[in-house]
Amino acid sequence: MSAQQIRSVDTDPNAEAAVQMIDVHKWYGEFHVLRDINLNVRRRERIVICGPSGSGKSTMIRCINRLEEHQKGRIIVDGTELTNDLKRIDEVRRDVGMVFQHFNLFPHLTILENCTLAPIWVKKMPKKEAEEIAMHYLKRVKIPEQANKYPGQLSGGQQQRVAIARSLCMSPKIMLFDEPTSALDPEMVKEVLDTMVGLAEEGMTMLCVTHEMGFARQVADRVIFMDYGQIVEMNTPDEFFKNPQHERTKLFLSQILH
Amino acid sequence: MSTAVDMPRFVRAKQVDALPPPNLARGPIAWVRENLFSGPFNTILTLVVFYLLYVTVPPLVKFLFIDAVWSGSDRAACRADSGGSEAGACWAFIFDKINYFIYGSYTISERWRVNIFFALLAIGVAWLLWLKAPRRDLGAVYFFWIFPVLSYILLTGGNADLGARFWLGFAIFAALVIALFAFAAAILKTSMRPALIMGGGIVAVIGITLALVDIDFGLAHVPTSLWGGILVTLLVATVGIVVSLPFGIVLALGRRSKLPIVRMASVIFIEFVRGVPLITVLIMANTMLPLFLPGDITVDRLLRPLIGTALFASAYMAEVVRGGLQAMPKGQYEGAMSLGLNYPQMMTLIILPQALRIVIPGIVNTFIGLFKDTSLVAIVGIFDLVKTIEASRIDPAWAAPTIGITGYAFAALFYFVFCFGMSRYSLGVERRLAAGQKR
Repeated sequence: MSAQQIRSVDTDPNAEAAVQMIDVHKWYGEFHVLRDINLNVRRRERIVICGPSGSGKSTMIRCINRLEEHQKGRIIVDGTELTNDLKRIDEVRRDVGMVFQHFNLFPHLTILENCTLAPIWVKKMPKKEAEEIAMHYLKRVKIPEQANKYPGQLSGGQQQRVAIARSLCMSPKIMLFDEPTSALDPEMVKEVLDTMVGLAEEGMTMLCVTHEMGFARQVADRVIFMDYGQIVEMNTPDEFFKNPQHERTKLFLSQILH
Repeated sequence: MSTAVDMPRFVRAKQVDALPPPNLARGPIAWVRENLFSGPFNTILTLVVFYLLYVTVPPLVKFLFIDAVWSGSDRAACRADSGGSEAGACWAFIFDKINYFIYGSYTISERWRVNIFFALLAIGVAWLLWLKAPRRDLGAVYFFWIFPVLSYILLTGGNADLGARFWLGFAIFAALVIALFAFAAAILKTSMRPALIMGGGIVAVIGITLALVDIDFGLAHVPTSLWGGILVTLLVATVGIVVSLPFGIVLALGRRSKLPIVRMASVIFIEFVRGVPLITVLIMANTMLPLFLPGDITVDRLLRPLIGTALFASAYMAEVVRGGLQAMPKGQYEGAMSLGLNYPQMMTLIILPQALRIVIPGIVNTFIGLFKDTSLVAIVGIFDLVKTIEASRIDPAWAAPTIGITGYAFAALFYFVFCFGMSRYSLGVERRLAAGQKR
């Protein structure tokens, strides 16, 4: 990964960076999980990150909202640099939505309560307004009729759509997706992907770790391939799939695209 | 239509309709055969159990009810040699002594105050435990603030006579607290108003509490050395239960804290208190606490074991709560954090409601243990229910062979009713919570 490559993608000088990662390194004890990560995500840009398991994809996007701490380098999210300052971390988390592989809905709260919790407690929004917003987004993910059920009563696909709605209720500027469809039954992948495509079309800045290559082709502005904690290759989806450069990328693609 | 296994090709032509399950209820005789006499070993076990029940239950019923003496004013009723019957339990003794068992030596003319305390306690407990009660938030304010203050005034007589010097000190303390909050707000760069309201609120709560305690309501003073019986048992148990849950939660969070000093302090407290028998804690609270305090401050004789049992139960509670915290999946923390909730919000809104629900059986187990352990305060000279029974048992006016057994049977009944009640209530709560949110 070289600096030149970054510059070549960031051709539009007016676009303010949504996320900047500069020489980011991270270790788990002795294990070097993230090595020399340099990434500039512009506003409204959609990025898909793929790579074999253990390559550091999840760790990288989890650094962006500080669920993981980086030990070297700088991460600047929406103009705020992530440091040990708890207030800044909370600020960043307010603006960055995250959707997890295992949904992480709160099982003791109803769907509606899941969605209104953060607006009420973090944004100090009146309950009524928060509920209106929550119902708006639940309609958008097409499950307003489930609002008073508990997460355990919904299917996986429905739960993941609730998780997306829950993040949207905070009106985030950036959305992170950490393998959002990997824990779903095959029949439910599409409904979640459709929601994400809709979100992308509205111009949400998105970083998405996924192996859904169809999704990458359809919406991604850039596809990133990671291995051994490094960004190995980064390109437009067309070029990435048609003409992979790195040996490792070729091997990976040959194994997942049958 | 048969679907043979060896069929090479199969396409379902017709939907199979849903049928009701086969009827499995086969009457009482089939049930007995299946569950009690299903084999030789089972049959032997059943017979042995029936024999044991036959040996134990009828004599017990006979002793407690059939042969029991229900009325009488002294030992004559329960002694065969003075015309009475001594075959059964001497309930007349319990009826005669019941006021002592309930109030101890509490001044007789003032016992109405204890009755009001019992009523206030019942109101508070019902308000908090009845899950559909109106305004449970007010119930909490009542139970954790108004009720303790009223109880203190009622039971001791209030009128602490704090004096002008004390109030001068309190004024300085109040100014300091409010200044501290303003200072904290200035440092953290948050708005001043909520900080001042919070500081003022704390000062107001403490001030009103102290003022109420200070006012002379004209109630006669009843020293704690006169308190006894069920009054003391319920008091120690209530204080222990009410203190141990929040304090235990704080200790459990402290033990899992990333801050080394907080963690060390919690671990040392939990391990030390848990590693020592309750009797030792009580004796230490009774005899050693005064040694640590300045000479002119004395801690009330009843307050000492009260603090001892509360701390002891807190250490156990902390470990129960920690078990619940450890059972929480990491994703719940991450989900909460990713939404921007801060640590207190994450804990109170997401983690603790779920973690505490997991450990309801453990919490109630600790409560039940604590409730029965209150009888150990007798070791430091407090007259709880068991101690009052012990004391009455040797009353010469009631010297009869069955008195002791009857007294202990009464104590057993009392403890069983309360512990069984707690157990059933917690089962109900579990079932209710589980029904709302199947995972």
